[in-house]
Amino acid sequence: MRIVVAKPGLDGHDRGAKVIARALRDGGHEVIYTGLRRTPQEIVRIVTDEDAAAVGLSTLSGAHNVLIPKVCDGLREAGLNDVVVFAGGIIPEHDRSALQEQGVRAIFGPGSTTKNILEFLDMISSRKESSDPVGVGEEIGWYWSE
Amino acid sequence: MNDTNSLFESAKLGDRRALARLLSLLEEGHASPVETGIGDSIGVTGPPGVGKSTLIGKLIDEWLSRGETVAVLAIDPSSPQTGGALLGDRMRMMNADSSDSVYVRSLATRNHPGGLMDCLTPMVDVLCACGWQHVVLETVGAGQSEIRVVAFADRIILVDGPDRGDVVQAEKAGIMELADMIVINKSDLPNAQRAAEAVKSALSAGSDTNTPDVLLVSAHNSTGISELVDSMSKLESSQDRERLRIRERLISAWDSMLLTSELLDESIHAIETGRMTLRQAVEHIRDNSD
Repeated sequence: MRIVVAKPGLDGHDRGAKVIARALRDGGHEVIYTGLRRTPQEIVRIVTDEDAAAVGLSTLSGAHNVLIPKVCDGLREAGLNDVVVFAGGIIPEHDRSALQEQGVRAIFGPGSTTKNILEFLDMISSRKESSDPVGVGEEIGWYWSE
Repeated sequence: MNDTNSLFESAKLGDRRALARLLSLLEEGHASPVETGIGDSIGVTGPPGVGKSTLIGKLIDEWLSRGETVAVLAIDPSSPQTGGALLGDRMRMMNADSSDSVYVRSLATRNHPGGLMDCLTPMVDVLCACGWQHVVLETVGAGQSEIRVVAFADRIILVDGPDRGDVVQAEKAGIMELADMIVINKSDLPNAQRAAEAVKSALSAGSDTNTPDVLLVSAHNSTGISELVDSMSKLESSQDRERLRIRERLISAWDSMLLTSELLDESIHAIETGRMTLRQAVEHIRDNSD
């Protein structure tokens, strides 16, 4: 799968994103890493240009409630309804359901293993094959749980 | 929306998503919607860490300031073990993601020697046919397989840096012979001038009178970039280098034929069990492949 790993906003810490990027590569995926401090518009542009199937958003700054919905909206506006959005970093439990309603299909936090993320992506592939909704612009409801 | 012709029509009108889809289909081996070989590209190669992506980021700025458009195909190797790839070139070209006049696409080699090559030419053709004025192929020039990639460009720029001891390395790999221009990056660092002199003297030692220009730039400080763009617009290849590139492309095509042959596995088995010699196997594959 072609996957964009992105760092939205002003948060300057990307050790976690890099670990994820490497783990996804080792899982056989083609990972495009964006680097730090990307705007939601830039991330949508990168997903478009790279013809990526999924985008992982890493945020540690607390701005996830603003930035992640903006990326989701931007993807839908660009017609990229089939792109899978997942998130990671520091996202408190009480913020998660709102993000799920925005079309985020998985949220990984401290304690998640790279194996979990690869299992999530395997699940995405099999759901895609059977035409079950997984994209950001597709029917909300299914959400990954470990 | 998966038909290459209709995607091409949309891509020509500026639909980036259609362009991205179309390039994916070409990568998967679909037939090109445009005539083969109409494209024109500049290859940028050099050892890891000399600043190729940063330099291309600056070239993009310069082209944009001149009102020109640019598409970059940034090529990185796939892991031979897992088939995965980490494509991080575009993080050094951040300025590229806000302008409609730039398109950057990351490509993994996917471990098909020759396989990527089969799609590289159609990708360049399509980008040119869609009106992108400059098409750049970026690849790490670290070994023979990367040389094969960059040999698909119409003109080649080799980027090197000071204090790398790489002049000899580059010569060993054979990239120097293919380069139409050599750029020494990081001219803000000490010894850059010396590296440039070393490259020049290495070039003048050969018998070829049509030696490539050696330019000093600093992508970090943006010095020499405008001059580099000017030189690139006038850059021409020589007949000798064109012949060398064709040679590399032919070897790629040959490798591709060998590796995709249905007779490959049985030939390996025949050699393993002593029923064929290497030469017999080569002849067997050559004579019986369609």
